[in-house]
Amino acid sequence: MKFKLMVTALILMSCESASYTTSYDNAPTQPTPLKSGTEFLTPETRALQSDSFANPAFLWVDRGETLFFQTPISGQACSNCHTESVRPLKDSATQFPKFNSKTQTLFNLEAQINYCRVTYQQEPQLAYETEDLLALTAYTASRSKGRPLTVAVTQETESNFKNGRDYFFTRRGQMNFSCTQCHDRHWGQKLRGDTISQGHGNGFPAYRLEWESLGSLHRRLSDCDRGVRAEPLPLGSQTYIDLEFYLAVRATGLAVETPAIRR
Amino acid sequence: MKHLVKRRDILKSSLAVSFSLTTPALALAKTDDMTAAILDTFGRLPKESDAILLKIPPISENGYSVPVEIEVESPMTNKHFVKKIALFSDRNPLPLLAVYKLTPRSGLAKISTRVRLGGTQSVHAIAEMRNGDLISAKAKTLVTVAACVIL
Amino acid sequence: MANNIRIAAPKTVRKGEVIELKTLIQHAMESGYRVDKRGEPIPRKILQKFECFYDDTLIFEAEFHRGVAANPFLTFYTRAENSGILKFRYTEETGEIFEDSVEITVK
Repeated sequence: MKFKLMVTALILMSCESASYTTSYDNAPTQPTPLKSGTEFLTPETRALQSDSFANPAFLWVDRGETLFFQTPISGQACSNCHTESVRPLKDSATQFPKFNSKTQTLFNLEAQINYCRVTYQQEPQLAYETEDLLALTAYTASRSKGRPLTVAVTQETESNFKNGRDYFFTRRGQMNFSCTQCHDRHWGQKLRGDTISQGHGNGFPAYRLEWESLGSLHRRLSDCDRGVRAEPLPLGSQTYIDLEFYLAVRATGLAVETPAIRR
Repeated sequence: MKHLVKRRDILKSSLAVSFSLTTPALALAKTDDMTAAILDTFGRLPKESDAILLKIPPISENGYSVPVEIEVESPMTNKHFVKKIALFSDRNPLPLLAVYKLTPRSGLAKISTRVRLGGTQSVHAIAEMRNGDLISAKAKTLVTVAACVIL
Repeated sequence: MANNIRIAAPKTVRKGEVIELKTLIQHAMESGYRVDKRGEPIPRKILQKFECFYDDTLIFEAEFHRGVAANPFLTFYTRAENSGILKFRYTEETGEIFEDSVEITVK
């Protein structure tokens, strides 16, 4: 009897692990139908997001706009390089994270801003979640508001895509959950008082009610990790940038909503 | 045993009746803290009135930022105007949320804001009129708990 | 950089018209109930007062307590009597003042 039970358990376990290793190589990348996080909010929160005055995220967008046109002591203003016609901001956020051929690395918006600061402005890098980096990221992303995400995998970014996807599909933490379990398989269902979203990053940096502040996508990712009782990665780390890349590919076609409101 | 229960019920109902006859509706609010805060702000208790319209969403998905709208019927002239409006929570650790002081120059006694609410509860709006009338309205909201609260 | 203040007010109005004024300010409204990552209490720091002056006349005043949401938002009304300056002033409990103003023209 005991032996039979053990065999059954072993068979079950092997089935589980077998379906596990092959499950996501050919899995569809996008949930269908594709739904932005906004669709899972209450009407009141949606109204706040679309209110271009009362949406508190605009406090950061305003600040970002000021910084964008401000000339630093030794370098030039962002607006010197980015005009309406030359390297315009419009639509640029829809392409991030983006491969930078000079550094041969994958940049998210924050990394691009910091690269510009060091290279063209002779200014020090801004740390993650500082008011100024949030403000500049929110302002630049908001210039692409309403435009669809167009990030695609190329030869150069294939390894980033795979690394990000691995993170998305790997169980972690004391709760032993992977991102895909909630955001691919159970979106639309209830988790306590929340409706589980599809886990897209198209509204970030976003004003989260829970934070009472604007925050980056990486801060949200680290909150997810902490939520499943896993060790969060440092904000701006390569794996989070790769995960951001996977999420952007997964959300292709969704419009940029920055600055969005999230729960 | 049966007799006891019965007697208790009778006692309760008679108490309730005597309360409702002698004190304004708000004195029966669950939180004594809120009643104390109202007395502290206005020195007396208000009467419920239809002249205040208090709007709050029936479900708030996060208690950190709940939209509230208050409108008090008043011509807002030098003779008749709303002097003061205060917002109270019957569940927060501090019941008094905010106080607004208006003048005839306000033109319209209407305010919108966003408040923090520590759980499902009723929010009370109290308005003090130029003629001394003190009126109130309340509205309930269900504050849901987020799934992945990181503390 | 100072705390951002947003103000929405109509630029031109008719005399006697009741106009809507909106304001939003960046402020954490730190309640004093929270603790930081190391479990140390974060000291209370809130905005305590908001005042709106029409030229130099105080036309609206608000007293904020800890139950006011972070980044306070407020909508109120006033009757436009003359062209002038509307001054929005926030006072923090530390005594620090944050101020901004807009001009309105009465036709």
